[in-house]
Amino acid sequence: MKIGIITFPGSNCDDDVYDSLMRSGGFELTKLWHKDTPELSDYKLIVLPGGFSYGDYLRCGAMAARSPIMEKVIEFAKRGGLVIGICNGFQILCESGLLPGALARNLSLNFICKDIKVTVETSKTPWTQTIEARSTLNLPIAHGEGRYIISEEDYQELIKNGQVVLTYQDNPNGSTHQIAGLCNKEKNVFGLMPHPERASDLRSKDGLKIWQSLKSFLGQQS
Amino acid sequence: MAVFKVFLGTAVMSTQITDVSPSNQNLAQRLGISLTEYQHICQNLERVPNYAELSIFSAMFSEHCSYKSSKKFLKRFPTTGKRVLQGPGENAGVLDIGSGWAIAFKMESHNHPSFIEPYQGAATGMGGILRDVFTMGARPAASMNSLCFGTMDFDRTQSIVKGVVKGIGDYGNCVGVPTLAGQTLFHSCYNRNPLVNAFTLGIVKANQIFRGFAEGIGNAVIYVGAKTGRDGVHGATMASKEFSTDKELERPTVQVGDPFTEKLLLEATLEAMKEQLVIGIQDMGAAGLTSSSFEMAHRAKTGLEIDLDKIPARESGMAAFELLLSESQERMLLVTTPEKVAPLKEIFKKWDLHAEVIGKVVSGNRVKMTKQRQVVVDLPVELVTEPLLANRASSPPVDLKQRWFLDRNRMLVATLQSKFQSLIEELNFANCEPLITQYDSMVGNRTVGGSQDDAGVIRVREMGEKEVRLALKTDCNPRVTWLWPREGGRRAVSECAINLAVRGAEPIGITDCLNFGSPENPEVIWQFEESIEGISEACQALKIPVVSGNVSFYNDTDGKPVYPTPMIGMVGIIEDKLPLPHSNFYSTQLELALIGPVEGGLGGSLMASSWFKRECGQPEETDLALLDRMLKFLQRLRKKKITYAAHDISDGGLLCSVLEMAFHSPYDCTGVDLHIPSGCDLDRFLFGETIPRIIVAYDSVERGDIENLASQAGVVFTHLGQTNDSSIFAVKQGGAQVLSSKLPDLKSAWNQKWKKFFK
Repeated sequence: MKIGIITFPGSNCDDDVYDSLMRSGGFELTKLWHKDTPELSDYKLIVLPGGFSYGDYLRCGAMAARSPIMEKVIEFAKRGGLVIGICNGFQILCESGLLPGALARNLSLNFICKDIKVTVETSKTPWTQTIEARSTLNLPIAHGEGRYIISEEDYQELIKNGQVVLTYQDNPNGSTHQIAGLCNKEKNVFGLMPHPERASDLRSKDGLKIWQSLKSFLGQQS
Repeated sequence: MAVFKVFLGTAVMSTQITDVSPSNQNLAQRLGISLTEYQHICQNLERVPNYAELSIFSAMFSEHCSYKSSKKFLKRFPTTGKRVLQGPGENAGVLDIGSGWAIAFKMESHNHPSFIEPYQGAATGMGGILRDVFTMGARPAASMNSLCFGTMDFDRTQSIVKGVVKGIGDYGNCVGVPTLAGQTLFHSCYNRNPLVNAFTLGIVKANQIFRGFAEGIGNAVIYVGAKTGRDGVHGATMASKEFSTDKELERPTVQVGDPFTEKLLLEATLEAMKEQLVIGIQDMGAAGLTSSSFEMAHRAKTGLEIDLDKIPARESGMAAFELLLSESQERMLLVTTPEKVAPLKEIFKKWDLHAEVIGKVVSGNRVKMTKQRQVVVDLPVELVTEPLLANRASSPPVDLKQRWFLDRNRMLVATLQSKFQSLIEELNFANCEPLITQYDSMVGNRTVGGSQDDAGVIRVREMGEKEVRLALKTDCNPRVTWLWPREGGRRAVSECAINLAVRGAEPIGITDCLNFGSPENPEVIWQFEESIEGISEACQALKIPVVSGNVSFYNDTDGKPVYPTPMIGMVGIIEDKLPLPHSNFYSTQLELALIGPVEGGLGGSLMASSWFKRECGQPEETDLALLDRMLKFLQRLRKKKITYAAHDISDGGLLCSVLEMAFHSPYDCTGVDLHIPSGCDLDRFLFGETIPRIIVAYDSVERGDIENLASQAGVVFTHLGQTNDSSIFAVKQGGAQVLSSKLPDLKSAWNQKWKKFFK
């Protein structure tokens, strides 16, 4: 299962995702460079890792969303390819229009790093198909701009389509309807603020559950 | 040649000077060079230095760069050991951790800039220490910081705390290095001179360590990183002066950091090193291009020729002295062979960074610099890098004996409840969570144990199957050091060692950051000398080498020095795969025991300070032989493979330690019953701070084993009580209850204290 992990200038969780997927096992990992425009069709999954792409100058994720490789990623996603954006990667997905809504400064105005609990809202996605709905995951967050905002009208649309994947149990950043992670209508693009790659073997192993679900989904496909 | 005005503190000189204008005594003095030093320069040079050259001397002869007052004392540190691959004198110290891997680490201060501009001051402090580590070839893997702030009644404290914490967070978080642990304390002596000490540790292959050598005649000297601007000019000189109340006018000497550029520089540098394109490298830190070029030539015993016109400048018309002294951030100086220049530039281009050849290594011992084909600097390396050492007078404070008087009677008549209350209200007994959650403590996927424990713990994931874990801690007790500097030095080392040991680690090396007042004050030199003796004694007793460090003098405001604060950063190793001990009450059915002396000294304790509103009493001397036995006891306890919690006793004594263990319990209903052993002095038992004393908590079936281990190791075991699910903290003496308080209330007070800083 070939997986591409993109490094933008300022990405700092690319190695962590690599390490976590390696520990999980069963994936063939390649690091991709933001200035390149490789053919992505033989990849099973593209990861947009966390960090501070382009220093988060302008707006978080805004510049990365317009980097050369993102044209390829958008094409890949539109053809149904699996794309996950974690933290800064989630911001890039929103900025590039692959996911609705936007991420704003935390309500406290401070950066927040801690272990938190999220509820898995649905099992009907490639990302959570082996995780029981309404179950709890212990995952760390680490962000200054993780407050997910969306209009009430668009939120109703998310609910109708079962797009809300993770919600915070104790909303740390003031996100609309406690949203911690969501996918597009087609379920192949997933963005989340918590870091599953930091919960693969230390303190919590709940991040692995997302990788396991992916593995099971990709196994069914091939 | 550009003509410019010269900023000297607040005055702008009316006469216009150029780089090549001849200097004179007055000018030298205004740049902080003494008459003796100026004469020494002229004699050796056999001429008068020009203004650009004088600026070089000004920076390099500053206390900050030259260590001219501290050098002779620093020689007393033990610096060797079987793990030491690089001792003091390089960008960072390096220790062998086995299987072909090593760690590079160092601690540095950024005190003065952090008072003038807290956010940028702290941020650039982080930037500097990160570069010190990755110039050695090491990937930064963990940071810590030690922060000493003024008290809440000083009007700027809140904004300084806020700015410093945000500055450290924004920089470290962006570069992607976890900030694990550290120490934060408040005291009025830091009102106008906060201390911001940053520590970083990196991982490096033992055979791929890089050093600051300008080696190989004919090799290229390359400037990499951000462009040079006018920020930070004369920064090192600023850091070597006392603060006056109009210090805020010196804002232009503080640099501005860009963590994004730092991240790119980190990746590009490590990539260039991996491709073997680097021969020597040094960070452009304090005194920028001046210190990096002269120091690299000095180490390699070579000369340099540098064309200042080649330096990527942020603005046009910069004078030579500005290019030389700029402390613009995120820049490095690199030396490599001519044929490696092209592939090296390619890597930096990939990361969107500048890399320009600005000169070459030459034989001889002179550094020559030209600007617009005119020689503006021509100096022998040694004259710049080996300044005259300052012979400073030393004398103990006249009122030392008065400081050591502690009025026990006044304490004895007070009720236990009132003393307890004064500790609970103490600003220094507080939950640091509102502060540390602003730091990314987990990036890197290495963090095993967090910031709330006695020490931070990371794993060295580079090592694969042979992965070891490292425990890190910084510590200093300024109250004790002010009362008795020698004991303060001993205690800073001892505290770190015991903190690492309760987490299961074996101490392997230290770095230091010695924050003191003006060296021109004999009392400060006495404090400095005594602290160093204390640190050395403890290092020798525990066989822990000092591998890197930093001295920060002139931490005074209006002639009053801060408390002597010799901050120690210590690293410990955990080579087995056993689970780490707990540091909290992980169950509501535990038995508690005290290991170590039943009573502790009140001299210099937090209790004494909070009760008398000043530091008083003679601190009890740390028994280093006992400490060594305690460390061995903790190692053996761990090997027993039983489940237990351990926490050391320091600020606030046994009482505060037990409360901390309860506050960190996962159960809201946790309660504690504490029994005072018969015949002991209540104050000394509960509030005393002698080292080493620790609390262990375990299932009662393990008691016999632990008691046996203690007796074998030669440390005293005293039964203390147990945890329960009553959510009450109760202290009992001979069956009678002497203190009782609701733990949730105490915890909420402890939680709230620092929240107000971040509103």
